[in-house]
Formats: sequence, C-alpha cells, structure tokens
Amino acid sequence: MMRALLSVLLMLALAPAQAHKPSDSYLTLSVKDQQVKGQWDIALRDLDYALGLDQNGDGALTWDEVRAQHQVIATYALERLALSAGPGACPIVAGEQLIDQHTDGAYTVLRFTAACAAAIDALTINYRLFADIDPQHKGLVRLDHDGQSSSAIFDPQQARQSLSLASPSRWAQFRDYVRHGVWHIWIGFDHILFLLSLLLPAVLMPAAARQSQTIKAAFIDVLKVVTAFTLAHSLTLSLASLHVLSLPSRWVESAIAASVVLAALNNLWPLFRGRRPVVAFLFGLIHGFGFAGVLADLGLPQSTLLLSLLGFNVGVEIGQLAIVGAFLPIAFALRKTWLYRQLLTTGSALIMLIAAVWLVERAFDLRILTA
Amino acid sequence: MSTRFAYFACVLTLLATALHAAPYTPKRGDDIIEQLPMRTDPAQLALRQLRAQLAAKPRDLELATSIAQRYIVTARAETDPRYFGYAQAALAPWWSSPAPPHAVRLLRATLLQSTHHFSEAMQDLDAVVAADPANGQAWLTRATVQTVRGEYAAATASCARLSSLANELVAITCIANVAGMNGRAAAREALLDATLERGGDADPAVRSWSLTLLAEMAGRRGAAALAEQRYRRALALTPRDSYLVGAYCDFLLDQGRPRDVLPLVQEQTRIDALLLRYALALQQIPGQQDALRRADDELRARFGAAMQRGDSVHQREQARYELQLRGDSKTALVLAQKNWTVQKESADMRVLLEAALHAGDRPAAAPVLEWIRSNRVEDVVLARLAKQLGTGA
Repeated sequence: MMRALLSVLLMLALAPAQAHKPSDSYLTLSVKDQQVKGQWDIALRDLDYALGLDQNGDGALTWDEVRAQHQVIATYALERLALSAGPGACPIVAGEQLIDQHTDGAYTVLRFTAACAAAIDALTINYRLFADIDPQHKGLVRLDHDGQSSSAIFDPQQARQSLSLASPSRWAQFRDYVRHGVWHIWIGFDHILFLLSLLLPAVLMPAAARQSQTIKAAFIDVLKVVTAFTLAHSLTLSLASLHVLSLPSRWVESAIAASVVLAALNNLWPLFRGRRPVVAFLFGLIHGFGFAGVLADLGLPQSTLLLSLLGFNVGVEIGQLAIVGAFLPIAFALRKTWLYRQLLTTGSALIMLIAAVWLVERAFDLRILTA
Repeated sequence: MSTRFAYFACVLTLLATALHAAPYTPKRGDDIIEQLPMRTDPAQLALRQLRAQLAAKPRDLELATSIAQRYIVTARAETDPRYFGYAQAALAPWWSSPAPPHAVRLLRATLLQSTHHFSEAMQDLDAVVAADPANGQAWLTRATVQTVRGEYAAATASCARLSSLANELVAITCIANVAGMNGRAAAREALLDATLERGGDADPAVRSWSLTLLAEMAGRRGAAALAEQRYRRALALTPRDSYLVGAYCDFLLDQGRPRDVLPLVQEQTRIDALLLRYALALQQIPGQQDALRRADDELRARFGAAMQRGDSVHQREQARYELQLRGDSKTALVLAQKNWTVQKESADMRVLLEAALHAGDRPAAAPVLEWIRSNRVEDVVLARLAKQLGTGA
C-alpha cells in the first residue's frame, strides 16, 4: 500500500507542467424543457487578470483567496453571458463553485441554472467574457439536450449564436443502431465463418440415426447452437458496453480468430461432439467483446445508452438469423450430396486456413491477407 | 479468481478517475490551487501600471502601441500566447479599422502572423511598406512571413530592402534564412559566418538568431560538429529561446543523443513544442515508459484542447506527435498535408515526407518532392527521404 501511495505521489511530482495556451472557457449547457443547467469552467489565471484574485500578490493563489471572491466572480462572468429562447430572456441564477484542472491550470467551475419562459426550441447565447481584455479568448460551448450534443465556438466576432435543439427521435436512433448491427455481422466474416463452421454438421446426424433425420431435428440443433451463441455474445456485449468488463482488443480479436480455427477443426476432427451449443456459448462470450469494440468505435449516446445497445444487438441478431435462414434449407437439401461432404471437409479446411492466418496477423500485429 | 477480478476492477476504477477528474472542492483554505505570475515581478508590475494608464486613456496611440509591443515581447520570451491576446486588447480601438495608423498596422500584422493568419498579415505589411518604405521592422516581418510561406524570391527582395535600413548582420541573416531553401546555401552560410565574426552587431538576440540559423545550415549539410558548436554558442546568448532550444533538441535527437535533450527541456515543458521533444527523447531512452506515457497523455490533452478551440497553429508538431509517438502515420499525413498548405519550412517538408513514407502513400509526397526539386532545397535529411520515397524503400 505504502509503495502504491509513493508511486502515485511520484507520478504527481513528475507530471508535466501546465501548458501555455491561449485562453478558453468551457461552458456546458444541459437543456430540459424550459430549464437550462450550466457548468462554466473559467481559468483562474484569466479571472485573476480581470479581477485581481491574488490579494496578497505572492503569485500563489489559495482556496481562501478564490472562495472570498466567489460572489465577484459569478457576477463578473454572468454579466457577460446572456441566454434567451425565442423573444424571452432566460435569467441566470448562480450556484456553487468548485475547482477543476485543465491542461493550462486550475479553473473555477461555476454552476448555474436558467429558466426560460417557454419550452426551448433554440437557445440563443450571447457570450462576451474577456472580450475587452483578451480578444483571442474563446468560449467553447457544448449544448446537451435529450442525449444529443452540439457545440459552438464563441469569440468577439461570433459573440451571438443560436443553437437549435432539434434532435433525431429515439426511434430513428434505435433504427440507426439496428442498421449498424446488421451491417457489422454482414461484413464481419469472422463471425459468419464461426457460425457456419458450427452449423455445417447440424444437418448430419451420427450414422445410426441418419435414416430418421428430419428438418425438424436439424432445426432444433441449429436453434440450440444459435441461441447459445446469441445469449453469450449479448451478455458480454452488454457488459463491455456498460463498462462493467473490458478486455484488450488485440487479445479479443486473436481469440475470435482462434475460435474460428477450432470450430472448423471440429468438422474434420471431432472435438466437441454433442457439446456444440456449449462451445457456441463459450466462444460467443468472446465474440461479444468483439461486437462491443465496434460499438465503442461508433460511440454510444449516454442518455439513450440502453436503447442504442438494444438496437445494435437486435441488428446483430437479424443479420445472424438471415444467414442461418438462408443456410438451413440449402444445407438440408444438399446434406446427402458429395458437394456437401466436400463443403464439410475441404470447406472447413479452407476456413481453418483463413482463420489461422487471421490468428497470426492479430496476435503478432502483422498484415498478410489484406493489402 | 475473484481476487484477481477485484484487482482488475480496482485498476479500472483508478484509471477512470485519473482520466476523468471531476470538479472538486479543495479541502483546506490555504491549499494553493494555482500559481500565477508574481505581482512584485518588475516586468509584471510595469505592465500593470501601463495597463491602468491605458484604461484611463484607451485611445492614446503611443501608450497603446508601446503596451502592445511589450506584451508581444513577453509573449515571445515566455512562449505564452495569452500575452498576444492582451496585446490585441490594447489595440482594440483600431483593430477592426481597414487602415489603422502604421504603428498599429505593423503590430496587427505581427499578431496575425503569430496565429498563422499569413495572408491578412501580408495585406497589412504591404500597406505599411508602401506608405513607409523606410520601415525596417516591416520589411523584416514581411520577409519572415514570405519565407514561411515559401515565397523565396519575394522574401529575398524584402531582405534586400533591409540592407540600407538595418545593420548588416540583420540583413545578411534575413537573406541567409531564405538561401537554405533556394539553392544558395553554401555561399550564404559563408557570408553570414564572416559577417557574424566581424562582430557586426552587439545585440545578443540578433547574434543568437544568426548563430541558430548557421547551426541549422550546418546541420542541413551534415556538418554535425560545426552545428553543435554553433548551437552551444547561441544557447549561451539566449538559453530560454524556445525556437532555438527546439531546433537544438531536434539536432540531438537526429544525432541519437536523447539524454542530452532532457536537461534542456525538462524545465520548459509548459511549451508544447518542447514537451514534444521531451517525449521524443524519452522514447529513445530505454526504461522510461512511465515518464513517456505521462508526457504522451499530456500532449494528447493539449493537442485535443487546441483542436477544440479550432487552432491549427501546432499542426506541424501534432503531425510529428501522431507519427513518432503514436505511430499513426495516416492521421499524421493528413495533419502534415493541412500544415503544408499554410507553412513551407524545412521541418514542414520533413514531417510530410516521413508521414507519407510510413503510410506507404507516395503520391502524397509528390507535391513536396517537386517543391524540393524545383526550389533546389538543400538538406541531407530531406534528400535521404526523397531517395527512399523515390526508390520505393
């Protein structure tokens, strides 16, 4: 414990000094109905230049010196910010002030609320902070509304801007993520090959039972494998997307490639026998982390996190069902042919080869197949 | 298994708190939360008094320009762009005027140049030299902007006007600065060296400028020992000149001497360009992963903040950061290409060629290779890169 503490202290001591950068403030506005909640991060250095916070002039600004000026700071800043919706102004009421660190030093974090007369369609912001003492100062504004964020940069040339609150409906957002999910399974050859490798033997019962093989039996077998795979990857996709669990992506991608190798090998050299649903579940867990990686790249809006996650998952299942739906009747029809035997043996060998190359590429960060 | 999971979860939580520090209330009233410039510092004191005078008489031209001048000097000495903003504020009554008084217009050009608004700066400089052809400072600033933009013939012409207006060393340094880019390096280097040794100027800042340029010229033709000696002489004159320190660090990094870089920059990591050199040096020294990771995080945050405000002033450094520290040659190439549309100095050519080489994108390098060929830019590093790109290495 002591060692850990020491290393943390050492880290702080060696952290690079604060940056020299032009002056910015960071203003976040969250709009709900008629209410605006604001958080305004303003550099203490800039406030000192404007108001002389460092009362004893020793260069070391203490919390007492800042705290004593909270009222002055709030008045100074809020006189230089005006919010309005439609014809009516939204009067601002100052709240508490905290401290936060940005790359160039400590900032006061001024919280406030504003109430507009009617529901807000577009918020007009008039920003004049430090315009008189540092015209190169910029106000970096982020507006959050119903899970959507928009941003704008304010400076003396663009001191007054209107930000519209129109945001896509939840349904449109859900549909978007369903589409992403379908698209991902469609272009995700590793997932398709894994699934097909597990499904290839589904229409082929052990020799003894082969005469009585029905499409119903094949369907039930396929259903078991697909359900197991789906349950597993939905579980890890959700856990990873909600930041409950995480694995390094290189490890995940390599493991996915390995799962394809094993699933294909099983068709040549039975490893799993009747336990294919179990195998589908276990490897499904890994594939779920792979899906989560894609979803992380897309970005999940915080307010509609669960809805988007569900949409993506539904999309993946739709894509997967389409593949299975096309596979099962064809495989059943062809199951007794020479072609299908070849598909099971040569096809599986080919899949194994491709997946083995993926495995090497991903594990050792090489490029072999792709240009 | 469960303890391992708990450990894993703990590490994740720690990481999350480190990355997304939340606003907090300091525990004690005497906690020091920010270090500001000392008010008792004589330079700060003088600036504060002048600022108070100007507040009483904001349209006093002489007072306003002298304050703006002082702030610009401070901004350069400290490499702190906030002072450029204060300088602009002092010029506020004239800032938006189409034709302000010459003194204001020259300062406005200087400030526009500092934020890479080169064409606006050139408009002001053209107007100043047209109305006041004896304004040496205007010709010099004009030559600097023209050189950065790669307008070598025009830059040489601007420098030529200086010869009768400024002292000899300034004029020769100005010309030599262009010469490295247009096939006249050897002759100009010899001339500048001779002028400097004759003691043409006593001002240490000008001598340091000349020595820095001489060092860069020696470095570009591969004369490492001579470059080293000139860098050291320049540093003895102006040890805190951030351009000079950055150039010397690059030289040391090229020479495989990262350990010599650290003491030069570790007190000056507030300056992005020098923090970058610090990180690049750490990258070359084994066993510095922790310090490197911290420097890398800090650089990423700073470039992120600059991008958020829409600044492109550091695109050259950012391209280098993406290429050499993050190994992302594609992003580096995009940044280097954007930067190339604004700046055309040797370092801008180098980062673009290196990014194109690593990204395997030879067509992207073509405009720069053509530029080097047609202008006869002389530089051993650029020549090596051009050869690698040409032969498909």
